[in-house]
Amino acid sequence: MSRASLAIAGIGIHPFGRNEGRSGLQMAVTAARAALDDAGISWPDIQFAVGGSDSAGRPDTMVSRLGLTGLPFTNVLNGCATGGAALLTARSAIASGDSEIGLVVGFDKHPRGAFDPRPEDWGLGAWYGDLGMMLTTQYFGIKIQRYMHEHGITAASLARVAVKALRNGERNPAAWRRKPLSEDDILGSPLVADPLTQYMFCSPSAGAVALVVCHPALAPRFPAPPVHIRAVTMRSRRYGSFEVFSPSIPAGRGPSPSWEAAQAAYAEAGIGPGEFDVVQVQDTESGAELMHLAECGLCEHGAQEELMRTGATAIGGPMPVNTDGGCIASGEPIGASGLRQVYETVLQLRGQARGRQVEGARTGFTHVYGAPGISACAVLSRD
Amino acid sequence: VTPDPGAAPQPAATPPGPGGAPAATAARTAAVADLPPVAENLFAWQDGTPRLIGSACRACGTLAFPQQHSCPRCCGEDVSAVLLPAEGTLWSWTVQRFPPKSPPYAGGETPFRPFAVGYVALDGGIAVQGRLTGPAAPDGYRIGMPMRLVIEPFLRHDGTTVAAYAFEPGPAAGGSPAAAPGTGSTAS
Repeated sequence: MSRASLAIAGIGIHPFGRNEGRSGLQMAVTAARAALDDAGISWPDIQFAVGGSDSAGRPDTMVSRLGLTGLPFTNVLNGCATGGAALLTARSAIASGDSEIGLVVGFDKHPRGAFDPRPEDWGLGAWYGDLGMMLTTQYFGIKIQRYMHEHGITAASLARVAVKALRNGERNPAAWRRKPLSEDDILGSPLVADPLTQYMFCSPSAGAVALVVCHPALAPRFPAPPVHIRAVTMRSRRYGSFEVFSPSIPAGRGPSPSWEAAQAAYAEAGIGPGEFDVVQVQDTESGAELMHLAECGLCEHGAQEELMRTGATAIGGPMPVNTDGGCIASGEPIGASGLRQVYETVLQLRGQARGRQVEGARTGFTHVYGAPGISACAVLSRD
Repeated sequence: VTPDPGAAPQPAATPPGPGGAPAATAARTAAVADLPPVAENLFAWQDGTPRLIGSACRACGTLAFPQQHSCPRCCGEDVSAVLLPAEGTLWSWTVQRFPPKSPPYAGGETPFRPFAVGYVALDGGIAVQGRLTGPAAPDGYRIGMPMRLVIEPFLRHDGTTVAAYAFEPGPAAGGSPAAAPGTGSTAS
């Protein structure tokens, strides 16, 4: 295993959900204070901060509530991969030697219903939105429909992903959707984007996560068992990958950004598929979890059918996936979603995931994916 | 890379080609001929057959839609506008079951009716996204079925109607054969 480039000294979360009456910034401050408390330090000890939010305001304005200490505070935004971008930025700040301890924070708050991005913000003509194609839900339906055709995945497997997510969410006090549903409930809910039904999808929501990060050499000074980040990578799409908001795609397929970011993370960390005790992948909907497992090289294409039939990805199975309920149970506050995966992995590696602990977890992997075809991955370990 | 209008004639000046489109198709073509397009430079007409306007890289042949000023594959900037083949096969699809938020959606149909969206793999190595129409709507499509480009009226929520492209099951509507792979007819 390679040397760690970054360690996590403290973690904090504001529970995910609608969180009516509370702003994204308020949630972010709550999460930041929780992370500082967890690390046993205070805001003036933080030398730099990196924050991400898609629709809930500028992260650097948090200084007015946390204290005007003059620290550099960088805002980052890369869609659903915002958390990965924030972590990557923090790693660079520490690896450069400029700083030794920082805060990484992600938060968001979205209106009800599907996201409604403007085509013009994504390099597309207004016509694309006019005709009703500017929807991420369509992309996920189209992608899994093709994937099921090519790899023999059934709707039952899609339902089982959501059943597992809600079962894990039930055991996670920070999750939003905590009521278990049956396969029949999932399959019988209204179609949103064929073959995906309402309960297979995550919903835009609100929440916040903060992490105190530090140079690995400082990690033993903090009260909690140190968790190290062995790798953090990010990739944008190459020619040939099938990505959201694409009016056209090449007929032949190329490697996805998820594949490339995951492979780079495994190479950087010196550990890879088969060696992770706990895995978090982007599950915008059921199909995404299944496809991302294979795109990250964690299973063969088509093997997901067997994994879901045997419960291999449940807590207690050989490869627990999305142990906190993932996006399906937590919803997706864009800026917070990627860091939620890291938060959950740290809890698991510390042995603090009460009610949903993966026994003896020492290594973890996280993966986010977002528009317009970006992915960020991280490898974490106790040692 | 703006196509020369002379090379992409308007339907009024170019009746359906000698291959003989069905009368119903010809009538539909005439009905949408006078409507303003949903956007400029998306599609054109050739011998009475609608064709999407894409771009082709002169260095590596890579096609893109809509036309763009550089090549997504080799990063070259020597690209030209081309008319893409009018037929292909369905690569994948879904159904838009709920009314999209507006904006950006501009559809004015009330009540909302679910519509299919998919990618059609055209000859020449490109698959184009579009709304799916025809008798299979909204959920009778299957991967691999032959599809062709059509131009249809699209009612906007401001009450105006524009011409928009879509794909429907079946062979090409017009008389002109699809271009050979990678060599779509040059329109500029």
